[in-house]
Amino acid sequence: MKRLLLAGLMALAPICAETIVIQNATIMTVTKGTIKNGSVVVRDGKIVEVGEKVMIPEGATKIDAQGQYVIPGIIDCHSHIAGDGGINEGSVSVSSMVNIKDIINPEDIAIYRALAGGVTTANILHGSANSIGGQTIVLKMRWGKDAQSMIFEGAKPGIKFALGENPKRAGNPQGRGANGQQPFARYPATRMGVEDTIREAFNEAKIYKAEWDEYNAKAARGEHPMPPRKDLKLEALKEVLEGNRYVHIHCYRADEILMMIRVADDMGFKVRTFQHVLEGYKVAKEIAAHGAGASTFSDWWSYKMEAFDAIPYNAALMTKAGVVVSLNSDDAELMRHLNSEAGKTMKYGGMTEDQALAMVTLNPAKQLGIDNRVGSIEAGKDADLVIYDKYPLSDFAKVQKVLIDGTVYFDRDKEVSAQAAKDAEKQKLLDKLKQESQQPGNGRGRGRGGN
Amino acid sequence: MKLATALLLFAACVFAAEPSTVAVRNARIVTVSGPVIAKGTVVVRNGLIEAVGENVTIPEDAFIVEGEGLTVYPGLIDSLSTVGFANAAASTAAAGGRGGRGAQTAVATAAAPRSMGPEDRPQTTSWESAADEISASDSRIPAVRSAGVTTAATFPTRGIFGGQGSIIDLISGEKPGEMVVVPTIGQYISVGRGGFGGGGGGGGYPGSLMGYIAYVRQVYLDADHYKMAMAAWDKDPRSMERPMYDRALEGVLASKRILLPANREVEIDRMLRFAAELKQPAILYGGHEAYKPEAAELLKKSNMSMLVSLRWPELPRGEIDPDNEPTMRALETIHKAPAAGAALQKAGVKFAFYTDGIDQPRELQRAVKRAIDAGLSREDAIRAMTLTPAEIYGVADRMGSIEKGKIGNLVVTRGDLFDDRAQVLWVIVDGRQYKPETGGQGNGRGPATEQPGNPGGNR
Repeated sequence: MKRLLLAGLMALAPICAETIVIQNATIMTVTKGTIKNGSVVVRDGKIVEVGEKVMIPEGATKIDAQGQYVIPGIIDCHSHIAGDGGINEGSVSVSSMVNIKDIINPEDIAIYRALAGGVTTANILHGSANSIGGQTIVLKMRWGKDAQSMIFEGAKPGIKFALGENPKRAGNPQGRGANGQQPFARYPATRMGVEDTIREAFNEAKIYKAEWDEYNAKAARGEHPMPPRKDLKLEALKEVLEGNRYVHIHCYRADEILMMIRVADDMGFKVRTFQHVLEGYKVAKEIAAHGAGASTFSDWWSYKMEAFDAIPYNAALMTKAGVVVSLNSDDAELMRHLNSEAGKTMKYGGMTEDQALAMVTLNPAKQLGIDNRVGSIEAGKDADLVIYDKYPLSDFAKVQKVLIDGTVYFDRDKEVSAQAAKDAEKQKLLDKLKQESQQPGNGRGRGRGGN
Repeated sequence: MKLATALLLFAACVFAAEPSTVAVRNARIVTVSGPVIAKGTVVVRNGLIEAVGENVTIPEDAFIVEGEGLTVYPGLIDSLSTVGFANAAASTAAAGGRGGRGAQTAVATAAAPRSMGPEDRPQTTSWESAADEISASDSRIPAVRSAGVTTAATFPTRGIFGGQGSIIDLISGEKPGEMVVVPTIGQYISVGRGGFGGGGGGGGYPGSLMGYIAYVRQVYLDADHYKMAMAAWDKDPRSMERPMYDRALEGVLASKRILLPANREVEIDRMLRFAAELKQPAILYGGHEAYKPEAAELLKKSNMSMLVSLRWPELPRGEIDPDNEPTMRALETIHKAPAAGAALQKAGVKFAFYTDGIDQPRELQRAVKRAIDAGLSREDAIRAMTLTPAEIYGVADRMGSIEKGKIGNLVVTRGDLFDDRAQVLWVIVDGRQYKPETGGQGNGRGPATEQPGNPGGNR
């Protein structure tokens, strides 16, 4: 019985193959067009060859994908899965001292489900409760590995900012208190206050940076000055000023997008991505001029006042204005079908197949600065690949297999066939535990059966 | 029933006292540090073990306990407790449940004022010491003592940096100071688990797990800086502005070691890394997923000691909500957590048990019995509540086993300790004898009456 249990767990763990060839598939490379009836060769975690005719290395594991499609692993630029103990440090308006990296939960089942939806990489963000939120991290969905092994090695870390209703909401003293606690008023309570909070924080960070720069200069001259106090909150903003940390900004309205561009220009940093950015189509030129990316929804809106003036053409219009656009999930469920979200931009806005697919692969890779590693099917890139049974930019496509670094992490056939055994195993254990807990005087817990 | 228990417990404390020399003779002696003595004598004089062995001369003035058919063990040590803090929550939860809003946190006593940010440190009372705060009249003292617990590593647990723990002997003294064996043994750190709102709805900073971690990290950065500034000023007070004295950082710097919570494998991994990052000697507490060989291996690799909670996880009471069924992982933990001791033993990890608020003798026995049933040898179970905790806290030179010169803390039982039918007959703490309270022991389930031929028998 114990063995069976172990076997059940092992089935979840990825199988590792040195060399894999996916054959007879329609390969949508994103950057180099679509190859009908082609092959991808994977070795040591990397793509080594893509084409109609490839050299098949001896001893390679062959995956016959006859009639199936291969796309690059999907990248979600905005997710909140895989965290332990809350994704908002909303008690303060500037919480740049907290870091998602500290709370990675590799056991979150949402990781496996995202994997089953073709996602291989996700940008895990702090929530939007405050003007300046916590530090963020890019993960690969290496289900079964420990927390540190999930981290996309070398990907530049980020930080979450938020504008509008969410960060100013907690400023309302009439608001609800969580857990029955008394509500409290937290500055800011207005959009003006949000801007001020961000400016103030950067003014502080600049002073902090100047102190450290002075200290470092003195130390370089051979002096022995007392180092300034290290402040985790300002340290992260100092990294933003130095260009070592990407800024991802939760926003909706056109006016606040322009406000944010002004603030960034004044303070001397770049916005890496505007997130949600439902009114981005109104200020697409300005976003493009700033050099920021935009990560939006295909057709999800009207869930609050500031999210009403939205259109399904947003992604396409911003793309046409020269913005690098991605489609994100912000949600563990939506995360599982980003492929069909991409497909919607072909209907609304006339994106080409490659343009549409790029919105969930290459473009988010660019936005996260990892497009040298992932985002398209090219020799030399990481072997993060998804095999679909049908045309992937549709609701009817089902993920068959997912590879990350050349390792199969999801296999639909295996998953489906193992399901019944897993359910039975669980029910058996549940029954056993129920039975044990009903026996009086068995020593489980306190007070049971007594007094 | 409750009232009767209370009265009996009261009687039990009154009973404890002189004479100052006690001898248990013709008993089986489990010394823990050495081989079991099949039939021997232990003499305790002036609070210390004066002699132990097969042929020991009993002093004339000794109060003699006839040990025929009985077993003597070293007094049990509860390796993480709040006993002595009359108002503290009994349980020092290592972490909340799996996912969702944190179930219990170790925040006890009055709620701290709401923090406005990381700079106010209302959740730090690092300078406080259990030794200064315990009350000799805490009713849990006679209760846990009745289970054979003679010693506790007791900690202030409010806030994040709760304060310095102390090793105390559970005597019913007049002054709390009499109880203190070692006043400062380490800093108890608790790490809450936030909900989705993460404090945005009314709590102070921090309100999320990552906030707690950032808070602790910042405190240690500040402590380092403070130490550096103080040293520089001390060296040349005329050269610089005087750094401000900070009792919170003084308390942090004075800590011999830190205790960090870790129940799940993920938490063990996380806290091992965190302890290494903070460069602090540390002990982890919780340990319910340490039954997993991978988790035990992580601890072994870091040479980390683990305090394992005896409050084993259970199925939620009542009908299980089909929409909120425990995960397979949670069920496995409920099923296998009591095997944590055996797994750690096998991996060669130093571990000790802690009662986690279980203060009924029968329940404590059963909790340890479950660890034994799950594969831990009886000897190793006893060690995990005697010599190993003493070693973990660096006090094995004075307690934890029956050896000449060590503190006279003994438990005399009929039957094997931790057996269902075992009876604790005498508890000797600092050489003072206590008769355990049987009323509290059975809790209506175990054998509630004493066996005939009970030594002393003079109550």
